[in-house]
Amino acid sequence: MFVQHFFNALTLGSLYGLIAIGYTMVYGILRLINFAHGDMFMLGAYFVFFATTLWALPWSLAVVVAIIGTALCGVLVDRMAYRPLRDAPRISALISAIGVSFFIQNLSLVLFTGLPRAVMRPDWLVNVIKFGDIRILPLAIIVPIVTAALVASLLWVIYRTKPGLAMRAISKDIETTRLMGVPVDKVIAMTFAIGSALAAASGIMWALRYPQINPFMGLVPGNKAFIAAVFGGIGSIQGAVVGGMILGFIEIMVVAFFPGLSGYRDAFAFILLIVILLMKPTGLMGEKLEDKI
Amino acid sequence: MNRKTRNLALTGIAIALLAFFIWWAQGNLDGYKIQVTNLVAVNAILALSLNLIYGFTGMFSLGHAGFMALGAYVNALLTLTQDQKTTMWILDPIAWPFSVMHAPFFLSVVCAGLVAAFVALLIAIPVLRLGGDYLGIATLGFAEIIRVVLTNLSSITNGALGIKGIPGHANLWWNYGWFLITLFFMIRLINSNFGSVLKAIRDDEIAAKNMGINTFFYKVVSFTVGAFFAGVGGALMGSLTTTIDPKMFSFALTFNVLMFTVAGGLGSITGSVIGSIVITVLLEWLRIVENPVTIGSFEIPGIPGMRMVLFSLALILIILFRREGIMGMKEITWDGIFDRSKRGGKSE
Repeated sequence: MFVQHFFNALTLGSLYGLIAIGYTMVYGILRLINFAHGDMFMLGAYFVFFATTLWALPWSLAVVVAIIGTALCGVLVDRMAYRPLRDAPRISALISAIGVSFFIQNLSLVLFTGLPRAVMRPDWLVNVIKFGDIRILPLAIIVPIVTAALVASLLWVIYRTKPGLAMRAISKDIETTRLMGVPVDKVIAMTFAIGSALAAASGIMWALRYPQINPFMGLVPGNKAFIAAVFGGIGSIQGAVVGGMILGFIEIMVVAFFPGLSGYRDAFAFILLIVILLMKPTGLMGEKLEDKI
Repeated sequence: MNRKTRNLALTGIAIALLAFFIWWAQGNLDGYKIQVTNLVAVNAILALSLNLIYGFTGMFSLGHAGFMALGAYVNALLTLTQDQKTTMWILDPIAWPFSVMHAPFFLSVVCAGLVAAFVALLIAIPVLRLGGDYLGIATLGFAEIIRVVLTNLSSITNGALGIKGIPGHANLWWNYGWFLITLFFMIRLINSNFGSVLKAIRDDEIAAKNMGINTFFYKVVSFTVGAFFAGVGGALMGSLTTTIDPKMFSFALTFNVLMFTVAGGLGSITGSVIGSIVITVLLEWLRIVENPVTIGSFEIPGIPGMRMVLFSLALILIILFRREGIMGMKEITWDGIFDRSKRGGKSE
């Protein structure tokens, strides 16, 4: 049993981690909690659903379409709702983000209807593998591997390429970076594209693992992933992944070993958040952000 | 007649006009319009309470729905009779002190506010050390925790089934009475020394600290008072809708209250009132798009759910194009209306 719980927790943690990366990247650069990020997760799942059913694309192509489509949505949200507010008080952008999130959810509700949909799952992903008594979905092994690969390539982009260098520069000091001739808005758009693409990847894998999608599916995972980002230290990509993993493990393990607490499952994350904020507001791996006077 | 007596007289006339309007409305408006009018008052109370926390003290709190939920549940438990409670609690029989307690409506609403304020006080002491976005997220987290606890404590709250048949005491008189209490309290508070300190904290907390102000104390008091009125608003809302369940108090509710406050103008009391009126009426008016509309021989089918799409779009547009809301930080006051010509001259 423990091995099964372990793989479940690893899967859930990976999915939280992938969403958390998008939160942490945007917050690191713009100091903005991108409330609409959870909805990118939802859009990713819906893109796959419509690509496979409506446009009858093969599964692998549908995934590519979904990731590109979601990335474009992320860039569009930044362009329309956040970029005009770059010089505004940060709280304005935050309210705008909440507005965008509600807008996407309600528009999806109108366009896709509230009916829960089932995403088509290729057989090779869901035929249970048995090792003696242990039964594991292939997904539970593939999800962590895909996540690790995505995170590794992201870290390579951030620490080894020029756009990555620009991102790190912007997160230190946006004004100076602009003066150095870096096309700041383009780099920020790219950040949104990467973050949304990762959220879409997570959404697609989520839809495969828990095959019921609806327009509000991004709400709870989104909130929890944000908590994972804060827990790991906002601004730090490694921290986001670690935070996601810890959150995934706590959720699965507490419910597995104390079934009486399962009703409080959604509260764990928030309790964890409040504890970490009070003990170490910068998170596990975060850098201290100085208040400028 | 000096200015003070004039203002007092004007306020008296305004209250008399409001009373006359309520008296007229009860006889002449249909149930739906009365309900909307009620909602305006309740929403104004909520908007004022959030404005105190966020607009005047600068604490970004997203926990309003949690405080409202507490208020609504306390009021429901205090106004239902023992028999009603024993028959309604299906999941678990209702626990002892909650099954027998009962209070008249006014007292029950006060208790609702006090419970919300007490919980806010407990939350405030650890959480208000955080600033900015972190505070928003932590308060959001507490609101969610309150909701999860309400869902699970079924021997007190009847769990996910919620509570039905709450006595609908909250008529126009009660709602507008509480609205006036809130409004009067806010005006007095904001125009006092205490209010000035809150604004100082909002504008520059570090400077306020350097002036020797115990900013933490003021923030805790402001947060607690705001939560009290949020609890009152929640109690009235529960009594108005007569049905409550934990799902009702989700983040969307906080978002609505935030919308009233932001649309009216953060840091403006009159703004909150105007914002509540405008947005509440707009939200009801937007129901048109959900019903089929017939123009001549064409029938445009209604689109269910479109109302919230347009509503969130309106919020985004307000933030993009008129960030300061309808009133900004300005107020409409009697002095402002009558002493326009003297602007720039001696003020007192």
